[in-house]
Amino acid sequence: MNQLKNFSKGFFKENPVLVLLLGMCPTLGVTSSAINGLGMGLATTFVLVMSNLVVSLVKSQIPDKVRIPSFIVIIASFVTMVELLMQAYVPSLYEQLGLFIPLIVVNCIVLGRAEAFASKNNVVSSIFDGLGMGLGFAMALTILGGIREMLGSGSIFGFKFIDTEWMLVFVLAPGAFIALGYLIVIINKINKKTT
Amino acid sequence: MEYIIIIITAIFVNNIVLSQFLGICPFLGVSGKVETSLGMAGAVTFVMVIATIVTYLLQKYVLDAFGIAFMQTITFILVIAALVQLVEIILKKVSPSLYQALGIFLPLITTNCAVLGVTILAVQKDYNLMESVVFSIATAVGFGLALVIFAGIREHLDMVNIPKGMKGIPIALVVAGLLALAFMGFAGLV
Repeated sequence: MNQLKNFSKGFFKENPVLVLLLGMCPTLGVTSSAINGLGMGLATTFVLVMSNLVVSLVKSQIPDKVRIPSFIVIIASFVTMVELLMQAYVPSLYEQLGLFIPLIVVNCIVLGRAEAFASKNNVVSSIFDGLGMGLGFAMALTILGGIREMLGSGSIFGFKFIDTEWMLVFVLAPGAFIALGYLIVIINKINKKTT
Repeated sequence: MEYIIIIITAIFVNNIVLSQFLGICPFLGVSGKVETSLGMAGAVTFVMVIATIVTYLLQKYVLDAFGIAFMQTITFILVIAALVQLVEIILKKVSPSLYQALGIFLPLITTNCAVLGVTILAVQKDYNLMESVVFSIATAVGFGLALVIFAGIREHLDMVNIPKGMKGIPIALVVAGLLALAFMGFAGLV
């Protein structure tokens, strides 16, 4: 029951992007299409779960003063792994996401969870927390990517349903800010109703 | 001439915040007042330029020389983290008031993706040392410019009547979108 709560809080109540407003850079940067958002979300989920796992395993060994640098090194190792794996197996997605893959290191969500949750809780809870937060992040990115792709290029996951260039501004930089702004308004409204 | 193109591209055309989406956290976080955003921009500029020089030399003489380029991410983030610590110590001694004003945001420069982004971009674009330095300064100026303009707008936003659901971050994001739209006008410049 408790694990279920650790897992599910990442989706709505503590969604890292839409409620806590963390990790905005990749959120805005890669969501020009739903598939890019999903790819970025899953890559981040992997890093989040693995770093939470390792941090909660070694938390008693790390002196308090150097904990942040140690966390960063752990996270950076997993990011490097993801980078190499994506380059090998999904080169097209790797090209699309580009700079934002190494930048998972500085995603506040990953360091935030390591510091706020994994360094205080046991291994199993930390894995569930990482999984929930990561999938919540992936969900937010996929929704935002889907909205921008639908409005901007009239397609979803690459399948075109409108044959013209629609509102191109939504796949460009300004559309990212505006779409996310309105998405947060909607989520706030839903969260207010359920609580 | 080459330097001028790099400068204009980095400040206006590919503005780091408004078209590359790097450094959004401080952009939304500290941009409440013009003064704090100027301080933040200064601190970021300092860290960014030094980080670019150090990482450039490391990339060229250590990572490439020994064929361990895959260690790039780990090396760069450690260099940046160490530099931020250094800036923090210096600032605490030299200007305690600025140190107070920046508060929590100073350690956060470590996780400011703009800094790591610029160092990686400078390597990816194959700039030489001088070009890297110019590029990092121009990018930092672009970051400061976006931050200060945005802070100016947000100071005025406090005084107008905004629908309840839009208050705070949502309206800030929409404003940032409009600002990005304005910056798109520079796209044909280079």
